[in-house]
Amino acid sequence: MLKHLLQGLRRPLTEAAPDADPALADLAATLDATARRRLGRSLAIRQVDAGSCNGCELEIHALSNALYDLERFGLHVVASPRHADVLLVTGPVTKNMREALERTWRATPDPKWVVAVGDCGADGGVFKGSYAVEGGVAAAIPVDLVIRGCPPTPTQLLQGLLALLTPPEPPPSAG
Amino acid sequence: MSAHYRRTQVDAAAWEEAADALVAGETTLLSLWAEIGCVHMAVLDETGPDAAAGGGRIAILSLDCPDACFPSVGRRHPPAIRLERAVRDLFGLVPEGLPDTRPWLDHGRWGEESVPAAAYPFLPVEGDGLHQIPVGPVHAGIIEPGHFRFTCDGETVVRLEERLGYVHKGIDHLLAGAPLPAAARIAARVSGDSTVACSLGFARAVEQGLDIAPPLRAVWLRAVMAEVERLANHLGDWGAICNDAAFSLMLAHCGVLRERVLRTAATCFGHRLMMDRVVPGGVAVDLDAAGLAALHDLVALLRARVPPLVKLYDDTASLQDRTVGTGRVSPALVAQFGAGGFVGRAAGRAFDARRAIGDAPYDALSFEVPVLQAGDVNARVWVRIREIEQSLSLLEQLLRGLPTGPLRIPDDDLPRGSGEGLALVEAFRGDLFVWVRLEAGQVRRCHLRDASWFQWPLLEAAIEGNIVADFPLCNKSFNCSYSGHDL
Ligand code: SF4
Repeated sequence: MLKHLLQGLRRPLTEAAPDADPALADLAATLDATARRRLGRSLAIRQVDAGSCNGCELEIHALSNALYDLERFGLHVVASPRHADVLLVTGPVTKNMREALERTWRATPDPKWVVAVGDCGADGGVFKGSYAVEGGVAAAIPVDLVIRGCPPTPTQLLQGLLALLTPPEPPPSAG
Repeated sequence: MSAHYRRTQVDAAAWEEAADALVAGETTLLSLWAEIGCVHMAVLDETGPDAAAGGGRIAILSLDCPDACFPSVGRRHPPAIRLERAVRDLFGLVPEGLPDTRPWLDHGRWGEESVPAAAYPFLPVEGDGLHQIPVGPVHAGIIEPGHFRFTCDGETVVRLEERLGYVHKGIDHLLAGAPLPAAARIAARVSGDSTVACSLGFARAVEQGLDIAPPLRAVWLRAVMAEVERLANHLGDWGAICNDAAFSLMLAHCGVLRERVLRTAATCFGHRLMMDRVVPGGVAVDLDAAGLAALHDLVALLRARVPPLVKLYDDTASLQDRTVGTGRVSPALVAQFGAGGFVGRAAGRAFDARRAIGDAPYDALSFEVPVLQAGDVNARVWVRIREIEQSLSLLEQLLRGLPTGPLRIPDDDLPRGSGEGLALVEAFRGDLFVWVRLEAGQVRRCHLRDASWFQWPLLEAAIEGNIVADFPLCNKSFNCSYSGHDL
């Protein structure tokens, strides 16, 4: 039985990498080239829920299943901000989470990048304007990349994260 | 049919009498919430003469609070304590006599003046050799934020105290005054894993308030979505619980199956989590022939792939060694708190809103409500496994009997009337209570009580006497919602 189930996973379930999303590649182009070189092809990601409805977390979780297999891209999720290159932040940043988010950000060593995830992370989403939220990740800490969606699909998340790793196309040289 | 109830304006004496009945176990607390100057309590009579018939068993009592206070129910009936602390935080009404006067959702951050986190007084602990472990709000995994304060004697947890409220978004406030379509989008985001159930509860309460009935096809499609959501979550939980018992093979398999469910949802309804697909007046999308075929394929896939996993769970002694006897909750506590879902049904409480309320289409479908007695992690896993099987059977019945016809009453045709309505729907983690009052077609007040309100306190009881290292396992077996609770 166990053997059979192990075999079941040995068939390649993992799917091809998604095509790059040009919009995200543009955003990521602003990343400093030296920093990119230092990162190489490996990113340690720390996820922080700053007031999400949990929908975004479900899809971030899905990135680790056998079909998306996040780790094959050199992307891995770490348990401590001290081990992280990237903070993946969801939610509209509730006032009750702001301090914890800021402290997590401060605990992350430089160089570091912040990816705001979901419509909430972008600007507060449907919770914008509430007395209890700041209205997006950028209201609390500097944001380098925004991956919109409610929630963004695992494919969109992968595209966004890969954009951090992939150097932008060099500008077409004249003549 | 829907959740019938009567709401009565009561005086303090009748309010106290209702609390007596809760203490005596004659009724179960469904929720307790407030509006400006008024507090409401909903109770369920699980034993009365009407119980079997399913009608007239929910009562709402409303007490005016001209002096901004009301007699605390929580001082005698612990399940009300956190609800009353939240009432004071959000509406300024003081539960008189409530021994726990600490704020709950209010962390002192909403105004200009910010109170540092250290100011929250955790319960004192006395004793030799005890040490404390503070955890959170930011946890090590990809999960929601909350704080756990463990007091331990060596490896053994003597007490767990939870502190929640970190993801409070002000949902009650946002809903008040919102036009229906906007309110429905907010309700759909109360807890993302239960978005279908939240939307369904909101829609049903609104429909009762406006005295309208959604088209039959919509009623059935809603149930299709609700069962698909249950499958996705139960599969995810099953894998994650086993993973926390260091058995990652199950997570790998369940993760793939869960992904198949979500992709099928996207094929059928255009969104992996089916957000905003259930709306007041019906459903926003139809199920076409391709979707129908995809659902049939999904059911066939799960019918083939789940049984070997069940056998694997049952046959793996090292896994059972971790789950059997761990994180036990007593049937008495479950009954007192009226805990629903797999937490309740793993410890002898048979309540399932699909059966107890019997809203269409469940009244026309045949299904079993699995109930176990052990109340441990293992029992909560088995309830989920049995419910996966039941949901597959329900999906087969739903797909067979799906009526034809219109999908929704268009937003523009919804009456702009006033009224109030209630719904009690079975989300994957338990019964979700929704009460709404509408004025001129807008939400005046909407209260959503996630099942987690009555499950979180039991997690504190479940971990007592267990080792710290088993907490993730216990916690995952409860899988309470933070967002659904913190609102
Ligand atoms: S973006 Fe959508 S899914 Fe993500 S946290 Fe916000 S409401 Fe939930």
